[in-house]
Amino acid sequence: MAPQLRKQLVVVGHGMVGHRFVESAISRGLTEAYDITVLGAEPRPAYDRVALTSFFEVGAEALSLLPSGTYDDPRVRLRTHAEVVAVSPRQRIVTLASGEDLHYDELVLATGAAPFVPPVPGADLANVFGYRTIEDLEAIRSASKGGRRKVGAVIGGGLLGLEAANALHQLGVETHVVELAPRLMAVQIDDLGGRTLNQHIGKLGLTVHTGAMTEAILGDRRNRVERLALKDRNPLDVDLVVFSAGIRPRDALARAAGLDVADRGGVLVDGSLRTSDEHIWAIGECAAVQGVMYGLVAPGYDMAEIVVDRLLGGAGEFTGADMSTKLKLLGVDVASFGDAHGTTKGALELTYADALSGVYKKLVISEDGKRLLGGVLVGDAAAYGVLRPMVASGMELPENPEELILPASRGGANLELPDDAQVCSCNDVTKAEITAAAADGTITRAGATCGSCKTLVKKIVEDYFAATGKEIDRSLCEHFRMTRQELFDVVAVHGYTRFDDIVEGHGTGRGCDICKPAVASILASLLNQHVLAPGNRQLQDTNDAYLGNLQKNGTYSVVPRVPGGEITPDKLIVIGQVAKDFGLYTKITGGQRIDLFGARMEDLPAIWKRLVEAGMESGHAYGKSLRTVKSCVGSTWCRYGVQDSVGLAIELELRYRGLRSPHKLKGGVSGCARECAEARSKDFGIIATEKGWNLYVCGNGGAMPAHAQLLAGDLSKEELVRYLDRFLMYYIRTADRLQRTSSWMDAVDGGLDRIREVVVDDVLGLGDQLEAAMARHVDSYFDEWKATIEDPEKLARFVSFVNAPGTPDPNITFREERGQVQAATTDGPVSLGTTIPVGAP
Amino acid sequence: MTAAVREAVCRLDQIEREGGVTALVAGEAVAIIRTHEDHVYALSNYDPFSKASVLARGIVGTRSVDGEDVPFVASPMFKQAFDLRTGECLDDRAVAVATYDVRVVDGVVEVATRTP
Repeated sequence: MAPQLRKQLVVVGHGMVGHRFVESAISRGLTEAYDITVLGAEPRPAYDRVALTSFFEVGAEALSLLPSGTYDDPRVRLRTHAEVVAVSPRQRIVTLASGEDLHYDELVLATGAAPFVPPVPGADLANVFGYRTIEDLEAIRSASKGGRRKVGAVIGGGLLGLEAANALHQLGVETHVVELAPRLMAVQIDDLGGRTLNQHIGKLGLTVHTGAMTEAILGDRRNRVERLALKDRNPLDVDLVVFSAGIRPRDALARAAGLDVADRGGVLVDGSLRTSDEHIWAIGECAAVQGVMYGLVAPGYDMAEIVVDRLLGGAGEFTGADMSTKLKLLGVDVASFGDAHGTTKGALELTYADALSGVYKKLVISEDGKRLLGGVLVGDAAAYGVLRPMVASGMELPENPEELILPASRGGANLELPDDAQVCSCNDVTKAEITAAAADGTITRAGATCGSCKTLVKKIVEDYFAATGKEIDRSLCEHFRMTRQELFDVVAVHGYTRFDDIVEGHGTGRGCDICKPAVASILASLLNQHVLAPGNRQLQDTNDAYLGNLQKNGTYSVVPRVPGGEITPDKLIVIGQVAKDFGLYTKITGGQRIDLFGARMEDLPAIWKRLVEAGMESGHAYGKSLRTVKSCVGSTWCRYGVQDSVGLAIELELRYRGLRSPHKLKGGVSGCARECAEARSKDFGIIATEKGWNLYVCGNGGAMPAHAQLLAGDLSKEELVRYLDRFLMYYIRTADRLQRTSSWMDAVDGGLDRIREVVVDDVLGLGDQLEAAMARHVDSYFDEWKATIEDPEKLARFVSFVNAPGTPDPNITFREERGQVQAATTDGPVSLGTTIPVGAP
Repeated sequence: MTAAVREAVCRLDQIEREGGVTALVAGEAVAIIRTHEDHVYALSNYDPFSKASVLARGIVGTRSVDGEDVPFVASPMFKQAFDLRTGECLDDRAVAVATYDVRVVDGVVEVATRTP
């Protein structure tokens, strides 16, 4: 073998922990010395298994931790579909299923865990699933489809089991949870907590069987699941079974390679995560650190960091992990932290239970009553963010610790956490690190994994700025000491119609290029007057000011509206002829229309006159307003289409055309689940189902792409339009300036759930008001280009020179490329030489 | 030395308050801008950042500099602000655009051609 100068590091397994290892190896410089090969057996790169249940909602792509499929370091190679079948520690070789051998200098095992399938007869029948991978979820989804409503049983009522039950429930399956222990989540919570949880879950229509032992799974003649036999109970007729009764470390490779394994499974490693072979390391769920396996992601991340540290020559040690958990299961908040079961000697318990509202809280307190040791929260886990760090930091309890769990209290939010309190347990970030980051404007990873500490992080940052006397300045600009939302309310409440009144009443100076367009947008949303009406005109941003998109050489581009992307040949011919007559460059846009570039400002009215005469209207490509509603061809032509997507797209585009908003708005409608219209990359996306329409919101492309999230499913057209009216108006009223819907959603307290409460459940009672506001917009719509060409006062501005309207600006230049004009720029001002001005007064 | 030659370019009422027009003065594109207080300023229409003739189409406002409200026009291209009085860029003091003498006589705006 040729000598290899660089050392070879092989990582077996590309799950969350394997991925974290590689990320850390890159960022900490391990790739300076090692080439890294990552071998993943699954067909796709690592994804967020913690959020697996959201797969049905967001899809595989949104869960991916490495959407591009490659690391941003050429010395790292990721191979998916690469199953390792053998390790030879003596030769330092791993063998792939394909027979290929790979040499390593150091080997990291991150093979994770597999669902534990108890040895019951029938576990190998069709329609028996695990709950671990995207493939498992895809199989469960396909088994839950078709015919009558399916019945499913989840075996295991622990954390993962309830996640799986949640998934079945979401799929519309009648769901049973079968748990051997006398309560749900036996590891994390106590009897009373379990009972409270039962009560919540029962209300949702799921059936919980605790203390129930599965004896056998019985199949029909085609070997498909038919019935679940339970000990001493009536059997359950079921169509599918999901095993979620715990996990077992995937340690078979290590066993076969002769490495030491723990008594209860798992690759045995010491505190440095080294196995019994000095060149092999194990991290995450496949590892048993001094015999103990950790089935959570946070300790796995710690292990990954420690191995990177060791390979860099450090002395990191794994010293155990915080096994605290907080999650929302079937809409119920459940949290468990520290010594949840009060096993510490002399521990005292303080409980609060409200059976009516389904809240149960327990604190475990040290014998002397001074320290918080742990606790359980069911039904309301708001206090988790403060309580868990109290345990970790060992800070002294306040005088009346019961206030920490009484509903009247603010969850102890006024408590001052010590600096070394760990706030984010997933990424080991302390309060001191968060305040330091706030001080230097850097970022931490706090809240980036499970997100349960986000509220606390936000509060720490705000407290920090408040303490240092810095207010978080959310002013629009120097002229208005308020946010866009506050300004919107001020304008609406006072009924202002002019910038002058607003700036004189509530601002300073004469405004600027930030507040003027913001006011213009607010006035447009509220009043829907012409943006070039006297008083409005000078407020408009660059493009709105001339109803065109300013291009680099001072010319404009022109985009007529093509609703839903549907256009007649006659209109196409007119567009082509106009482009030829005015020497314009033409390009098809991403929004299914045609952009005409290179129009001189003074030519815009003549161009639009031709377009308007041919039955076209402004496409508002220049506005922070509705742009397009893109569609696929739908059921009118497509042999797969289930609904008329073009028809709906046209209807929606015509409904919302001209609607001014904090940022541009785009929509999309797909006629079937194939999603050819890419509707989920839009601010609002609609996808046809057999029963109606699914409405997704808050997506976008661009620099920070976001997938739209499901707001409501299987809607009739009337429901769809109602929710869309409300959603768009709610956004327009509350978003910040230039904030697109996805970042608005992130900023809304409660995020998508809150938006759904307001838009769908109408918890604020704003529904009628928002719909009425939209109705006013729809009724008052007019084509602003048609209104412009009919008004001599508005047209007067569209001249090259006020004193020489017939002379084109010599600074505008073009060059030619691929048979069309392109913008050119000049090196300095171009003079016409001596020109005798014409048309002077 | 040539004496300043003034050209009448338009009537004051052809320029909106906090708006601008472009005039052709001795062959050059000049932005004529009128403030809220009816002061009229003239500067080269050519934005040195974007290298395009566009300044008259920008938003006009004020910016507080050392306690003083400075009238400015923001380039519609990349939004750099230019002091209407001096042509100086408020975002990059190394950059300035040419200014022109301008006055209003009997409601008519007159711009002086630049002396060579």
